[in-house]
Amino acid sequence: MSAPTTLVRPPVAPEGQLPAPPEAVVPRRPPGRAWRRALRRDWQLYSLAVLPLLFFLIFRYLPMVGNVIAFRQYEPGGSIFGEQWVGLQYVQLFLHDPTFWHVFSNTLILGAATLVFTFPLPIILALLLNEVRASAFKRFVQSVSYLPHFLSIVVVAAIVMQFVAVDGSLNQILKAIGVQPIPFLQEPQWFRPIYVASEAWQNVGWGTILYLAALTTIDPSLYEAAAIDGANRWQQTWHVTLPGLLPTMITLLILNIGTFMNVGFEKILLLYNPLTYSTADVITTYLYRLGVVSNDFSYAAAIGLFEGLIGLLLVGSANLIARRTVGTSLW
Amino acid sequence: MELSGGRPWEPRPGRAYRVFQIVNVVILCGVVLVTLYPFANIVARSFSSETYIASGQVNLIPRGFNLTTYKAVLSDPTFWTNYRNTVVYTAVATFISMTLTTSYAYVLSKKHLRGRNFLIGIAVFTMFFSGGLIPNYVLINTLGMRNTMWALVVPNAISAFNLLVMKAFFESLPPELEEAAAVDGVDTYRILLRIVLPLSKAVVATMTLFYAVSFWNSWFSAFLYMDRPNLFPVTLYLRNLIAGATSGSETGAAMGYLPQINANIQSVTIILTILPIVLVYPFIQRYFISGVRLGAVKG
Repeated sequence: MSAPTTLVRPPVAPEGQLPAPPEAVVPRRPPGRAWRRALRRDWQLYSLAVLPLLFFLIFRYLPMVGNVIAFRQYEPGGSIFGEQWVGLQYVQLFLHDPTFWHVFSNTLILGAATLVFTFPLPIILALLLNEVRASAFKRFVQSVSYLPHFLSIVVVAAIVMQFVAVDGSLNQILKAIGVQPIPFLQEPQWFRPIYVASEAWQNVGWGTILYLAALTTIDPSLYEAAAIDGANRWQQTWHVTLPGLLPTMITLLILNIGTFMNVGFEKILLLYNPLTYSTADVITTYLYRLGVVSNDFSYAAAIGLFEGLIGLLLVGSANLIARRTVGTSLW
Repeated sequence: MELSGGRPWEPRPGRAYRVFQIVNVVILCGVVLVTLYPFANIVARSFSSETYIASGQVNLIPRGFNLTTYKAVLSDPTFWTNYRNTVVYTAVATFISMTLTTSYAYVLSKKHLRGRNFLIGIAVFTMFFSGGLIPNYVLINTLGMRNTMWALVVPNAISAFNLLVMKAFFESLPPELEEAAAVDGVDTYRILLRIVLPLSKAVVATMTLFYAVSFWNSWFSAFLYMDRPNLFPVTLYLRNLIAGATSGSETGAAMGYLPQINANIQSVTIILTILPIVLVYPFIQRYFISGVRLGAVKG
């Protein structure tokens, strides 16, 4: 199948701009009647939307409303909206909880480290792949590098554990250069590097797909013009290719920032242990232990709501900044 | 499915560029090695004897070759039950997901539909804000889904990303066939089933694979909502191995069979868990790539 390679906003001016769709001329009439007409004409379409809408309402929007238990006393087994109002009691509780601030800063550090290391790597890999002439070799490298993306987080965690185990490959290498074995997963200072490296291992290859797709949309005449102006390959990459990738970069950056607070919580849960809490414990793992393990649901919900709102704020501001500065944004 | 960017404008490569090309190939071979090494290591460990593993002597070649651990894991009835659970959960969940996603995507692709933007907005907003772990946990338990397959299947039925990809695809179909059928009095359901879906085989295949892989790989819902080992998917079986939680007797046929072969058992279970994915991977990867690129249309 040949997918259309239309990318998020073509980086170079597309030839033949599509004419804007004509504004629908809707005669003024009472909205009630318009709805009745639409329902009569499209009731079969609307009926197809009923089950999906129920899904969204129950499993996506009801939990959002369920966050009121952050302000209400929740009793296990009772109403999912809690029993009585307690106001900002739980919010104040976490604002004065030193563990909360500790996991908060852990989240920021781990999120930032992951972003800084794993964001540029797919771009670099895509640029390197783009210079490969032998297309069979290129396809082989791509296929291999996508593979880890398809593994379960449990499998990745298990592989990481084997790799950094005292009897694992990493320690064998260290032994060969005369370093004593290190119990990596028991030492807090190693958690972040291990986590970031495993993220990179799993996702860098997959991350190249959108960049490689964007590369195919760059207008070849730009390279021609650059070459005529005497630009060498490196200068062409810098002045033509990278600007061509910019919209894709911005889009992915905004999306990454949106999930910043949600750092690979499942993977951390699998890889951390009480010995490494000091660096590994993040907001979601903390509220998981508070809520699911200790049944302190209202408190955990208060922290979760705070985290979700920060995520929304982050993606909103990243989007705004991107639109103001480079004119590319998600919405 | 050709992803080669390639510069059609080829200046005569200079010396520096030829050197770069060689360096580039070396770097990319390094990427391949780094990606594949952990797999090769796990394979080697799975066939090695525990003595060699524990003394840190196994890297790429099995030492003390034996199949004992494979036999032990494969003779553990819990492993088979969990594996079958994964297959069943994946099949049921993928079917439900595809049904819901396809119908909603089709509705959203109809530009004339009144309230369409609202319906789209309902889905898109969930990409940026979610209720969070705790309210979901409370809800699923209250709905009585605990210890049922539905706790894994229903709450993840529609992925907003997949939905938007399908919607974009449906929008790109030429409307003439559907219009002709509608004029002939064919109802919407039949148009979707008999006309639109046969035209959309590629995107349907891609989305089915997206869902199937994500359900095959999922473990956290089962971890949250399932207490009985005979309900676990195989990912949770593996999780309990790496968390050392099976050192008890409940799922420990393999453990009882051979004490202290933990690293070995883990390697074997990893291999058996990823085997189906690795086997079909070469044939399905192009669908994934095209799916992601389709998704790029919508950002």
